[in-house]
Amino acid sequence: MENNRLKERISDFLMSLLLIDIWKGIILTTKYALFKKSVTINYPYEKSPASFRFKGEHALRRYENGEERCIACKLCEAICPAQAITIMAEKRFDGSRRTISYDIDMSKCIYCGLCEEACPVDAIVETPNVEFSTETREELFYTKEKLLANGERWENYLKAKMQELAIYK
Amino acid sequence: MLLYLSNLIQEIIAWLFALVGLPEAGIPFVSVFIKAVLIILVIMMCVAYLTWLERKIHGLVALRKGPNVVGPLGLLQPLFDGFKLLLKEMIIPANANKAVFVLAPVITFLVALLGWVIIPVEAGVVFADLNVGVLYLLATSSLAVYGIIMAGWASNSQYAFLGAIRSSSQMISYEIAMGVVIVCVVLLTGSLNMSKIVLAQQDLWYFIKLFPMAILFFIIIVAETNRHPFDLPEAESDIVSGYHTEYSGFIFALFFLAEYANMILMSSFFTILFLGGWLPLFDVAPLNMIPSFFWFVLKVVVCLWLMIQLRSILPRYRYDQLMRLGWKVFIPLSLLFFVCLAVFLKIINYIPTSY
Repeated sequence: MENNRLKERISDFLMSLLLIDIWKGIILTTKYALFKKSVTINYPYEKSPASFRFKGEHALRRYENGEERCIACKLCEAICPAQAITIMAEKRFDGSRRTISYDIDMSKCIYCGLCEEACPVDAIVETPNVEFSTETREELFYTKEKLLANGERWENYLKAKMQELAIYK
Repeated sequence: MLLYLSNLIQEIIAWLFALVGLPEAGIPFVSVFIKAVLIILVIMMCVAYLTWLERKIHGLVALRKGPNVVGPLGLLQPLFDGFKLLLKEMIIPANANKAVFVLAPVITFLVALLGWVIIPVEAGVVFADLNVGVLYLLATSSLAVYGIIMAGWASNSQYAFLGAIRSSSQMISYEIAMGVVIVCVVLLTGSLNMSKIVLAQQDLWYFIKLFPMAILFFIIIVAETNRHPFDLPEAESDIVSGYHTEYSGFIFALFFLAEYANMILMSSFFTILFLGGWLPLFDVAPLNMIPSFFWFVLKVVVCLWLMIQLRSILPRYRYDQLMRLGWKVFIPLSLLFFVCLAVFLKIINYIPTSY
């Protein structure tokens, strides 16, 4: 027992005198530096893959015949925890219920995706786009036109996304 | 190779003097001045690329890429960093002592360059082959404390002041152990002349002869240059950035340059004392064909690499741990080794190499 403790103390002393642990660290980090591949992505030139469930900039979709999907049910407005969505609705000339304005304050939005979950007609959806920074606050107050334009830009992706996720709805 | 270059400079100047018809007495002054300017430029370039190397190594160790956008492999990054610092506004705090505040980085920078006077990078290539070279280097490296204390005091800021106090006490405590380790080397060499210390290592490096002391000395130079894991003077997490908290723009750049120039200087000091300076690894055919200057540079780079990598693997010491290591471990250990060595040399009746 006594002997063991002495051995331990001697080995501890040698370990700290010869800096064994530090050499181990140096060897390990050298291995990392020379032989392991860097995990960095050259961001502006290459981007990391995103799942269909990624929640980014919003978009409003249309049906294939060009009709807006949104029926102004205001479920998204009701569920939005940040109260970022404001919808005004009116009866259209043909008697159907449609929005006259659909505003999202992107500076309030917390990207929870609840609007997308609540939507009964898959109108409001979230694209994987995160590169929409602006220089002024006003540019972040998205209007219906902006959201519909987004929908047109991302339609192919969104179609695939809704098909993929349909079984979970 | 460098000796040839230095002679060439001297000859060109002599030729120019003869051409213009100036008195010959001026030749040494002008040639020394030109060589000094050249060496400062070279050191500054080394410092710039040392920062690049440091960022690259830290990047690689953390599986990142390090600077890789500006120029190939990010090689232009240090130049642009320096350029940016020059363009930045130089802010002097309202309550600072302005003269001392500006003087402090200048002193730190000058002192960091002073040591280069006695570093022999190749046989015979040295500004002043002083017979008290080691003492000179000890003296100039201690002077660096002044710049730091002045910076901390003149800034009129608690963080800067704390950093300066930490730095001065740290440098002073580690200097004692450093002196004792150097005395061990001097005992074996019998000379304080740097070139003679190098030549004394022709058969076996002092790194092996004085093994534990060499490691000790390496740790001490890490502490002396205020590098990780002993960088308490500029510990970001508790005192912002220590003595240069209030500095910005060009005067900050001077501190930055001084720190890295000191790193290179201390690495060359270590190389000369323990790694055989410009001598090749083994004195055999393919190895001693390589110009001795490259051996020197290679050894210094290895030292610097180790210093940088230590930063990426070790956490920072607590202040009392730092003081404990300095006073309770390094000083007794080096004194003990010194006494043992002296007794041993007396018993075997050792005659120092340079006699």
